[in-house]
Amino acid sequence: MTAYILGHLNYWLIIGVMMIGMFTMMSSPNLMKKLAGLSVFQTAVILFYVSVGKVEGGTAPIITDVATRYANPLPQVLMLTAIVVGVATMALGFALIIRIKRAYESIEEDEIHQQIQKEELD
Amino acid sequence: MEAYTVLLVVIPLISAPLTALIANRHVAWGLSLLVGAATFVIALMLLQDVITGRVIHYELGGWKPPWGIEYVIDALNALVAVIVTAFALLSVLFGRQSVEREVHDSQLHLFYAAFQLVLLGLLGMALTGDIFNLFVFLEISSLSSYALIAMGHKRQALVASFNYLIAGTLGATFFLLGIGFLYAASGTLNMADIASRFEQYDAMALVITALLFILIGLALKAAAFPLHSWLPDAYTQAPSMVTVFLASTSTKVAVYVLIRCLYHVFPQEYWSQLLLPSFLLLSGCLGMLYGSYKAIQQDSIKRLLAYSSVAQLGYMIVGIGLNNETGLTATVVHMFNHAITKGALFMAAGMVFYRMHTTSLHQLRGAGKTMPWTTGAFVIGGLSLIGVPGTAGFISKWYLLQAALENNNYLVVASLLIASIMAIMYVWKIIEALYFDGEEKLHLHQVPSGQDIVAAMPLATLCCYLLVAACIYFGLYTDLSLDAAKTAAQSLFAGGPAR
Amino acid sequence: MNYPLMMIAALILPLIATVLISLLGRWPNIRESVSAVTAALLFAVIWWLFQAPAEAVTLVAAAPIESLKIAFSVSRLGILFALIASGLWLVTTIYAAGYMRAHYEKNQTRFFALFALAIASVMAIAFSDNLFTLFIFYEVLTVSTYPLVTHAGTSAARRGGKRYLLILMGSSIGFFLPAMIITWLSAGTLTFEHGGILQGKVDTSWLWVLMLLFMFGVSKAGLMPFHRWLPSAMVAPTPVSALLHAVAVVKAGVFTLLKVVLFIVGPDFLAQSELSQYLLIVPMLTILLASLVAMTRNNLKERLAYSTVSQLSYIVLGAFMLNQSGLIGGTMHLAMHAFAKITLFFAAGAILVATHKTKVSELNGLGRQMPFTFVFFAIGAMSIIGLPFFGGMWSKWYLVNGAVEFTGQPVMQWSLSITLMISTLLNIWYLLTIPMHAFFKPATDNSTFKEAPVSCLIAMAVPAAMCIYFFFDPHLIYDLASEIVTGDGQ
Repeated sequence: MTAYILGHLNYWLIIGVMMIGMFTMMSSPNLMKKLAGLSVFQTAVILFYVSVGKVEGGTAPIITDVATRYANPLPQVLMLTAIVVGVATMALGFALIIRIKRAYESIEEDEIHQQIQKEELD
Repeated sequence: MEAYTVLLVVIPLISAPLTALIANRHVAWGLSLLVGAATFVIALMLLQDVITGRVIHYELGGWKPPWGIEYVIDALNALVAVIVTAFALLSVLFGRQSVEREVHDSQLHLFYAAFQLVLLGLLGMALTGDIFNLFVFLEISSLSSYALIAMGHKRQALVASFNYLIAGTLGATFFLLGIGFLYAASGTLNMADIASRFEQYDAMALVITALLFILIGLALKAAAFPLHSWLPDAYTQAPSMVTVFLASTSTKVAVYVLIRCLYHVFPQEYWSQLLLPSFLLLSGCLGMLYGSYKAIQQDSIKRLLAYSSVAQLGYMIVGIGLNNETGLTATVVHMFNHAITKGALFMAAGMVFYRMHTTSLHQLRGAGKTMPWTTGAFVIGGLSLIGVPGTAGFISKWYLLQAALENNNYLVVASLLIASIMAIMYVWKIIEALYFDGEEKLHLHQVPSGQDIVAAMPLATLCCYLLVAACIYFGLYTDLSLDAAKTAAQSLFAGGPAR
Repeated sequence: MNYPLMMIAALILPLIATVLISLLGRWPNIRESVSAVTAALLFAVIWWLFQAPAEAVTLVAAAPIESLKIAFSVSRLGILFALIASGLWLVTTIYAAGYMRAHYEKNQTRFFALFALAIASVMAIAFSDNLFTLFIFYEVLTVSTYPLVTHAGTSAARRGGKRYLLILMGSSIGFFLPAMIITWLSAGTLTFEHGGILQGKVDTSWLWVLMLLFMFGVSKAGLMPFHRWLPSAMVAPTPVSALLHAVAVVKAGVFTLLKVVLFIVGPDFLAQSELSQYLLIVPMLTILLASLVAMTRNNLKERLAYSTVSQLSYIVLGAFMLNQSGLIGGTMHLAMHAFAKITLFFAAGAILVATHKTKVSELNGLGRQMPFTFVFFAIGAMSIIGLPFFGGMWSKWYLVNGAVEFTGQPVMQWSLSITLMISTLLNIWYLLTIPMHAFFKPATDNSTFKEAPVSCLIAMAVPAAMCIYFFFDPHLIYDLASEIVTGDGQ
């Protein structure tokens, strides 16, 4: 049992990171923190991919004469794309938050919600 | 023919940055129109080529699958591509005037660039045979649609867009996680490859986790109940043209990907033994009842139609959950018919907004007299939404009913009937407000007095009536829509795409 | 001449008229001539179809789902219905030309165009080859007549129109459509066939449920409690009430029920079900209750509307008696009632145009000032009551025969005869008193009125003359009716 837990330590940590990200995203009323939570959540997935691609005793997947065992390069390549996607998402999210801040004078979800409700009543 | 396939993605990919760089709104519109027209023609040619059951494979850069990325086109995704491109073309035509009213002048070229990117993403999702590539296209279309929604004229649009961003990214990340599990189990990303070696996997726990994550991710994108909460706000706040385009295409493409994953990635024999079909049925039935119920309560036409979309997506999910060929045919044909119907209705709503600066039914009372053409479109579109015989909506509901009866699933039959009755109620609500309620003093904005809507928005009215006519046409002559749907459903049930 | 070509002509002519009329709005005389000429042509075409040896031709317009086709074919019942509708369309056009102008109605072009469109859907209903086609055009008829009902544009008109649309649409989608789906699922087809398609396909004990769905779903037939749309529709201009709500629309309802009984369920199969004879209670109650309500109505058109509700149930009653005489009586009543009731409505409209009076109580003594109008009214009334020398007698004759021949429970047989008798007495009471008072009671005020416009009088004279003609020579209608019932010339 202990061996199982220790043997998959990286996965347990990834699950932890993932949960922290998701919890922040769900619970925080602050839009900025929501976005941060989302970013943490995405990072956990990236870590997961890299872990999957790890080969016992393998080095970085660069062709040299020294090493014969490489980590699987494909997940790492995929994650380059995922990181780019993540950066784009963050950029868009930040832009939106700036606009929301200008429009509502707040980035707290409950305050914005109050203003929206007031608008709809008018 | 094969070489044209890639053009569907390449044309918008070249045109979008050009549109952004030239920064002239007329050029931007013209380029979008060109892209819409070109891709539509290509998609139609593709559909004609594969409607008989042929499958086209295109290897990107000449790399052989499963190492390289390939595009696989069969009847199903050719139909999806036709829907997407047709609505891109129509929305561009429709949006010429309304976008200029709703979006700030300085953003117009960026608006059209983002629009082309959404088109690119949706087409890519439809065509690709590589599951990671699908994720990338999913994100391209999602990110650009967040931007489009945020350009709505009210400040609420920003919040709606942000919420969609959170929900959408969450969905996409779940999807990505699912792909990771699937890759861990299979060692490949090519959909056909994953499916063909399904028997040899030894870690089935990984496979089921992958299925779960992929499903949740796609359900979020498709706004399946109960993961639909982003949709009503996003559709209500987006500029009219964006609502038309997204409502008729983006959720449909997500449903398409769901079908593709369930039949071409995971074998049908595998998931139909799990509880999955029952879950899909439950989600679909609840979605259709809940969406219709909420629609009845809305005052804004756009929001009412958005909730009705949640309900109509329920129909599509039910069609998948019924797990027989008729049900799948119903889903595919409903994707098509609902796109036409909702497109027409959202266009009409957009024209009402353009003219009256409001979509609140309360303020639109008695508008039937001032805008006979637009309200006429509401009537016919509404009939199709209800599913009255002679309209497109009837065809898909009929097949769905038949599929439910084939399985002797009377619970689905009952929900279908109840949802249809509720549809009558919410459509009636629009018609009652427009025709029967006492005339409210109408506030016409920025339209010279004495001009009617036909004179005010000739192109938009034309587009809207094209779709209204299609609602009737595809209710009577179903060769194109039903044949494509049947071919698609047959090939899906026969197993993976022919290699 | 070519048989299918004439069928297409019958379906297309009113549509062409719709387009032409809406284009010719600027020239009212030409517009109305087009309307009249098309009506005459249409009547000629249908007469040709009636005389020509029947050919089993089916025109398929579209097939959205296999085995659910939009298809047309000629049946004798359809011919009868189409003859009545097209013939009276011609008469009504002449009447409307006078009425609409004398009454200074607005939007006359829209009025005539939609009128033609309504006739087009009536033709499609008459010649529909299956229930699916019939259903679609049944709905088209509802939608196309709605703007005619709300023609006045007042809030009262809009309220009436709302009820009209809600009841007709709601019941047809709520009951008729499910009944159709059940039929299709059990029989696998919806094509009209002599003797019905449900024989042996449905449990006889459930048949009456299906029949109830049809009876209430086809609310154009005006069976209580789904009859309220008809009095509501009386806000429409009189020509609309006359042709559409005494002939075309309501007859489309009973036509549908006749089709269902004769060609979907089949009279023999229906007779097997013990419970089905109790379905007769619905039309029986409708006949009596509607007559009673009619007596209380002071508004002339509303009284006529309730009279229509009651008379429609005669036809349904005849159909549900399920014997030769009853079916023949019901079918004949389809025609006889049309001529009589349209006369009555024309007279009511003429009174409105000439005197602006709508209430029965205001008509005392008017007969001497408008003798023609009230003589025609009296003829129509007497034909509806079923007095000798008027065509209405024959249909009642066969209906009474049908009641005597009825083979179900004795209680039902007795109540059938009693219903027919009481309702005749009530008819006399609420219809015949109107011309009587107009001729013999002293006038309440001393103002003088002119007779109605000439075109209105001519239009009234034609159906009134028909009422009398068909007493002396009912063969045309009788032969058609018996062919329909026995299935000859299908």
